[in-house]
Amino acid sequence: MTTVDEFPQSRTCPFAPPPAYARIREEESVAQVRLPDGGRAWVVSRHEDVRAVLNDRRFSSDRRRPDFPELTAGAAAVKRPDEEPTLISMDAPEHPVARRAVLGEFTVRRTEALRARVQEIVDERIDALLTGPRPADLVEELSLPIPSLVICELLGVPYSAHAFFQEKSTALIARGTPPLERAAAIAALRDYLDELIAEKETDPPDDLLGRQIHTLREQGSYRRPALVGMGILLLVAGHETTANMISLSTVAFLRDPEQLALIRADPTRTIAAVDEMLRYFTIVDAATARLCVEDAEIGGQLIRAGEGVLALTYSANRDPRAFADPDELDIERGARHHVAFGFGPHQCLGQNLARMELQIVFDTLFRRIPTLALAADVDELPFKDDAAIFGLHQLPVTW
Amino acid sequence: MKIVADTDRCVGAGQCVLTAPALFDQDDDGMVIVRVAAPEAGSVESARAAVHLCPAQALSCD
Repeated sequence: MTTVDEFPQSRTCPFAPPPAYARIREEESVAQVRLPDGGRAWVVSRHEDVRAVLNDRRFSSDRRRPDFPELTAGAAAVKRPDEEPTLISMDAPEHPVARRAVLGEFTVRRTEALRARVQEIVDERIDALLTGPRPADLVEELSLPIPSLVICELLGVPYSAHAFFQEKSTALIARGTPPLERAAAIAALRDYLDELIAEKETDPPDDLLGRQIHTLREQGSYRRPALVGMGILLLVAGHETTANMISLSTVAFLRDPEQLALIRADPTRTIAAVDEMLRYFTIVDAATARLCVEDAEIGGQLIRAGEGVLALTYSANRDPRAFADPDELDIERGARHHVAFGFGPHQCLGQNLARMELQIVFDTLFRRIPTLALAADVDELPFKDDAAIFGLHQLPVTW
Repeated sequence: MKIVADTDRCVGAGQCVLTAPALFDQDDDGMVIVRVAAPEAGSVESARAAVHLCPAQALSCD
């Protein structure tokens, strides 16, 4: 019997998964690990098995269940069974109904219709960057404002509130945030959106939240607390993730001029580069926790009802069975089958929007600022080693 | 080749539309529409890719 690893694990290198991932994947495939509260869970590490777990109803996403594996110490103690569920914490039959209510906002066609406006936002931010001082913090000037402006406009949330919800969502995703502080951050976001949505109820405007009020009322299923929960989810998921991908990808391109030259020479390569960056960094990793609710065999291991499972998407995305030379960054490899957006019925709702934002940023940033360079050594950059969503706190750049 | 979509399983991720826009579309609610159920030889590979990428495994082909 090998030693039992502690999970979740932090990255020791910003460009690679924690070393234990490869060992588990190659030696055990499915392994028992210890969680912060002392309980045990299974980790599933191979691409095929991660896909299987995430698309199997025997593995529940319902975080209200008392046995659900918690990745932060003390989280179970502050769990409220009456908590309003969001899309990520629902199972069928509740989940498909709730997801379908908002799905129309995120189709490939609807996302494409936002392209011109996203391009405009990106250009405005780069204009501002170029007229400001050098070096500049790319996170503050570009990575955060772009997805933040996009999701605020889409939802109908005033951008002036971005500092507020940025602070709260940072508290939500830092693993070191004490449970009570995390609960307070959620409560503050809930109060803010509750007030905003209440105002929209009188005469629902033509924004995502307004359209949801309208549609759900027509269906006779409108409840403000549920829409508040949806709003929080979209706000947090919609800016923190894309922001970190912008920063990390910029570092990856700048330290690998050959890969950068490929997209500069031919922008039709950029969309594939986006998926390769998503695979390479897999910034949301152990978020894909599940609770087994019916005995199931995964990768030859029997998992029993009541046991927790972590589907390690980052391990899956570096599985040599699915990707040749998985630790190499290769924008031309064809990485679309990565699981950085998850898999199964919970696969990221905003993935097409995220892809488009990243594509526009990559194509615009390196074209408009061809001399862009890091203003610090990669070793000195403040990576978010402690966050549930990996990324960078700051990224000093010059040109 | 014949493509079959199970709209009860579809989760509207749009992977099929991204992969093979000539073969697939989404309705206003995001649900899959198979535009070409029997693709020509030149599109068979992208049809298979779309089937493989579907996160809900709502697509199948022979």
